[in-house]
Amino acid sequence: MTTTSLPARAAGRRTDRRWVLHVVLILGAIVMIYPMIWMVGGSLKPDDEIFSTLNPFPTVAKFANYPDGWNASHPVFGFYFLNSFIICLGAVVGNVFGCSVTAFAFARLNFRAKKFWFAMMLGSIMLPANALLVPQYLLFYKLGWVDTFLPLIVPKFLATDAFFVFLLVQFIRTIPRSLDEAATIDGCGPFRIFGRIILPLLGPALVTTVIFTFIWTYDDFFAQLIYLSTAARETVPIGLRQYIDSSGGSSYGQMLAMSALSLVPTFLVFLFSQRRIVEGITTTGIRG
Amino acid sequence: MTAVAPRVRDRHEPAVAISPAPRRRRRRYDRAAYLFMTPWFIGFAVITAGPLIASLYLSFTNFNLLQAPNWIGFANYTTMLTQDPRFWQSFGVTIAFVVITVPLQLAFALLIAVALSRKIRGTSWYRSIYYLPSLLGGSVAIAVVWGQIFNKKGIANGILALFGIHGPSWTGDPSTALATLILLNVWQFGSPMVIFLAGIKQIPGELYDAASVDGAGAWNRFRFVTLPMLTPIIFFNLVLQVIRAFQAFTPAYIISGGTGGPSDSTLFYTLYLYQQAFTNLHMGYASALAWVLLVVIAVFTAGNFLLSRFWVTYEN
Repeated sequence: MTTTSLPARAAGRRTDRRWVLHVVLILGAIVMIYPMIWMVGGSLKPDDEIFSTLNPFPTVAKFANYPDGWNASHPVFGFYFLNSFIICLGAVVGNVFGCSVTAFAFARLNFRAKKFWFAMMLGSIMLPANALLVPQYLLFYKLGWVDTFLPLIVPKFLATDAFFVFLLVQFIRTIPRSLDEAATIDGCGPFRIFGRIILPLLGPALVTTVIFTFIWTYDDFFAQLIYLSTAARETVPIGLRQYIDSSGGSSYGQMLAMSALSLVPTFLVFLFSQRRIVEGITTTGIRG
Repeated sequence: MTAVAPRVRDRHEPAVAISPAPRRRRRRYDRAAYLFMTPWFIGFAVITAGPLIASLYLSFTNFNLLQAPNWIGFANYTTMLTQDPRFWQSFGVTIAFVVITVPLQLAFALLIAVALSRKIRGTSWYRSIYYLPSLLGGSVAIAVVWGQIFNKKGIANGILALFGIHGPSWTGDPSTALATLILLNVWQFGSPMVIFLAGIKQIPGELYDAASVDGAGAWNRFRFVTLPMLTPIIFFNLVLQVIRAFQAFTPAYIISGGTGGPSDSTLFYTLYLYQQAFTNLHMGYASALAWVLLVVIAVFTAGNFLLSRFWVTYEN
């Protein structure tokens, strides 16, 4: 008797729990995205409405904050986007080149003290950037690269983002060696093995590299703060500061509008490559 | 093994040719390897290892970028430890931030990951929404928004007003400013959550079945199956988040306008380092600060590894 009623009762209780779980998760989700909703809502409000009400949605949408905010900065906000995208493009190309070439050598070729260098490479992943800050700045200063995009791009070509080297090495190790061996027998040297076999198969891992390089470079406030000083070189995160500093000149609505706009590129990348981002985080534990 | 090998061998590959080939191949590979490794070798020497050693040297000098550094021995370190209250302030602020933020962040990450690992509808939607702050939260834009939410007129006080509480200016009051930054960081628990989710999926279902047969309820299944099986991942997240939290910069810079205020209550270590290096041009002193940070992070990480022996269980 009890044996028949027990599972039924457990099942009933479980569906109840699910219902509760959904409510809790939905409430939590609202709390999680409330700041974003408030930002977008506020960007569509006149200034006197932003702080006076708890309702995040505007009574009448004031789209003017966007064009007004866009033109309120000197130079116009689009210029910051242009600079950010140039840096991101350079960094992406640099990382794809530098890290794939290095990863190929670590995963497939033999050279002196490879294990030692591999350990050094792994160690450099954990190294806090601050520890290298002053001498790197000094180096770029002596090279005359301060206030150019070069300090933000050139290191990527030198595979200094060891994290991606590691990611790509791990991926290359899953490509069967028999492919290399077959190509060797057909007379391919390491260059053709890299270009014709490894690189085409590296696609998914390179996409992960591109996505994260873009997101991190786009958001890299610290490096841009240090290396870029004139207005003509300023990027989105640097440019956004103008809206806080000169809160007398530009309005809160415009500040929120440009803040929201600055998140659009990252958000779009997230929308279209969510699965890859999740995979990238889980396979390697990178920060999001 | 040796018996199997001949059968597997490709028929295009004559057995005779095998002995001379590997040696020649290896020699050719070697030369190419250095070419492939050239970018990394240069980068490692010039961008990573060189600066690491150079900053150790500079930490023993007085250096303002414009004149040549001059050797002053341990003076930077003794000044820092004995005569610089702002160093201790920034050290305390950062330790407090790390010690409060990381456990809270991991607890939320684990809690939501366990909830989302249930077979319920819409998990991928929930996952996206809970992950999103982690992706956007480090940006200047979100720091700007955070500052507005927690200022005197902000919605945080608006919500409190519903309960008749008159909140302070959270970001403007020295006793609460750090708390807003901690909250901002805890809010970004998405990436450890995603890692936990993947880890929970790896736990074999039979373990839960066995536990249920033994009469374990939801809590006990979590306590005696999920939690022990996840300890390696908890440890991994812990190490990663501690290292990350020590280096937090952007929100403190944006919300305090670069000052670390009010009254140095949000003077993160990295922010102080930035001020010394680029506002005061005390590059030697900043290098000493950088090395102290490096050592502190190393000690915390080593400590985590040592302690892990007592609570992390690896499967055999």
